[in-house]
Amino acid sequence: MNRKSKYLAFPYSIWMLIFILFPLFLIFLYSITMRNPNDIKTITFTFENFAKFFNPIYINVLIRSISIAGFSTLICLIIGYPVAYLLTKTSDKNKGLLILLFILPMWMNMLLRTYAWMTILGNTGLINSLLNILNLPNINLLYNNSAVILGMVYNFLPFMVFPIYTVLNKMDVSLIEAADDLGANGVTIFRKVIFPLSLPGVISGIIMVFMPAVSTFVIPRLLGGGKNVLIGNLIEKLFLVTRDWNFGAALSMIILFIIFISIKILNMLKIDKESGVSL
Amino acid sequence: MKEPIIKLNKIIKNYNNIKVLNEVSFNVYQNEFVTLLGPSGCGKTTTLRIIGGFENVYEGSVFFESENINNIPPYKRQINTVFQNYALFPHMNVFENIAFGLKIKKTNPNIIEKKVSKILSLVGLGKFEKREIDSLSGGQQQRIAIARALVNEPKVLLLDEPLGALDLKLRKDMQVELKNIQKTLGITFIYVTHDQEEALTMSDRIIVMKSGNIQQVGSPINIYNEPVNSFVADFIGESNIISGIMKDDYHVSFLGKDFKCVDYGFKKMEKVNIVIRPEDIEIVEKDSGLINGKVKSLVFKGVHYEIIVVSKSFEFLIQSTKSSKVGSTVSLDFNPDDIHVMREISYE
Repeated sequence: MNRKSKYLAFPYSIWMLIFILFPLFLIFLYSITMRNPNDIKTITFTFENFAKFFNPIYINVLIRSISIAGFSTLICLIIGYPVAYLLTKTSDKNKGLLILLFILPMWMNMLLRTYAWMTILGNTGLINSLLNILNLPNINLLYNNSAVILGMVYNFLPFMVFPIYTVLNKMDVSLIEAADDLGANGVTIFRKVIFPLSLPGVISGIIMVFMPAVSTFVIPRLLGGGKNVLIGNLIEKLFLVTRDWNFGAALSMIILFIIFISIKILNMLKIDKESGVSL
Repeated sequence: MKEPIIKLNKIIKNYNNIKVLNEVSFNVYQNEFVTLLGPSGCGKTTTLRIIGGFENVYEGSVFFESENINNIPPYKRQINTVFQNYALFPHMNVFENIAFGLKIKKTNPNIIEKKVSKILSLVGLGKFEKREIDSLSGGQQQRIAIARALVNEPKVLLLDEPLGALDLKLRKDMQVELKNIQKTLGITFIYVTHDQEEALTMSDRIIVMKSGNIQQVGSPINIYNEPVNSFVADFIGESNIISGIMKDDYHVSFLGKDFKCVDYGFKKMEKVNIVIRPEDIEIVEKDSGLINGKVKSLVFKGVHYEIIVVSKSFEFLIQSTKSSKVGSTVSLDFNPDDIHVMREISYE
């Protein structure tokens, strides 16, 4: 990099410092301090916020969040991989249209998209109204874990499809031809060549879906009805309702740490060294 | 005559209504080294891909040992390919790459190990089993690609410009090595290249192609010495191509003079092309040769000089070990059998 182009990164460095690093530092500061109710000016350093977390209630919230996010990620992968694979197989003309259809919902606000699901799944919603017309009993579709998982899959699926699509799309066709030439049938080619080479995309997709899924609070609140609190809701409540910023900050740090560790582990699995898709 | 191992019968191939192969037919026999030679876009790679099974044909049939294989997918053909960009699997090491085909055939692991190490030493890369693909040089990757195809003991090996990416020295070494491998293993090679020297060095037979048509099939010596038309003459080696008129059998006229030649069977006064190889022309003293000219330039090329002599506005290219003075008037001499007369073909 030459001297001049170094300066081009300067505005972003400032931006990062003010809006990312500094707030992060503040959160860290909050997480290791305690408010003194009698005296606002003194700050006491403490690990109590972190200690407070090791309570079965909070641990359960975390475990539930991770398993729901993990399950949603898995479903995204199961649905997303074939979609990405089929996208690479479609003709160039239809490809653009299909990709547009995938991106189109993302142009709308996520809150709106989630509300839309409420009107589909609700007790007086689309599905139950149809059941009523057919004289069938109502079913509870909203305010349970399944609804939350549905919302996550719906909202985050494109983040799984696109990294996988990118990797599959730029895969060298001659590798597939070579495997064919060496006696591999379609299934074997996929198992031994296409899938292993698409792993970088799969890993990026997993990270891109799991990260927002584990920390979202909109989806569980709207579709889960706040019954089963997830870690995102907990942090939201601590900041906005209970006003226990210190504990909220500590929980944020814990999530940050968990995401950081999971990315590290996933990146270790990455086999292809030259693939451009990584975080 | 023996049954051909590969037989192409009137293959027609279109891409978006553009004909890329026009009734291409030829036979390849057991243990032959056949080269498809031609400029880029002549259809040689498409022909190879049709034999490999990667392209279907619009019309015509491909036979393998007398059996029509038009609808047999590549993985069921006893043919292996060395790809132009090698197409080595980046997520596997050298051993896994070479063992790929054998593992699919459920070969015994002990036998796989023996075969892989044997083929690696054949291509001169013994003990490379554990190496990663991206740690290898281009030449080494090339050898691995050849080893990966050969280890399956195919009856026919297809090679698509396999030496294209290598530097000159390595390319020359590999040419000799490939020829040796082919002789040692007794496998039929079908080789695609645009490099005429490569084709002349390695092949038993050369098939010269141009715009989807076969121009000439023959041994390297045959093709070099008896090109059927000026395209082949020009493509195989450097040539002086002069337009002229065939006055009678053994009698040709060009550059305003009549010459004796050894060609016959043309129509009287038919327009023809005359090809004279640069090394067949001798520069002699003024007026003592067949045609006079002025030396325009002289370039030292190592083994010989490349001399351009202008005679009646035609520039003769001459390769000679003797130097000439630029600007001097000389005479050119050549024998009747150095004059190759061929029917005129139009260049698109």
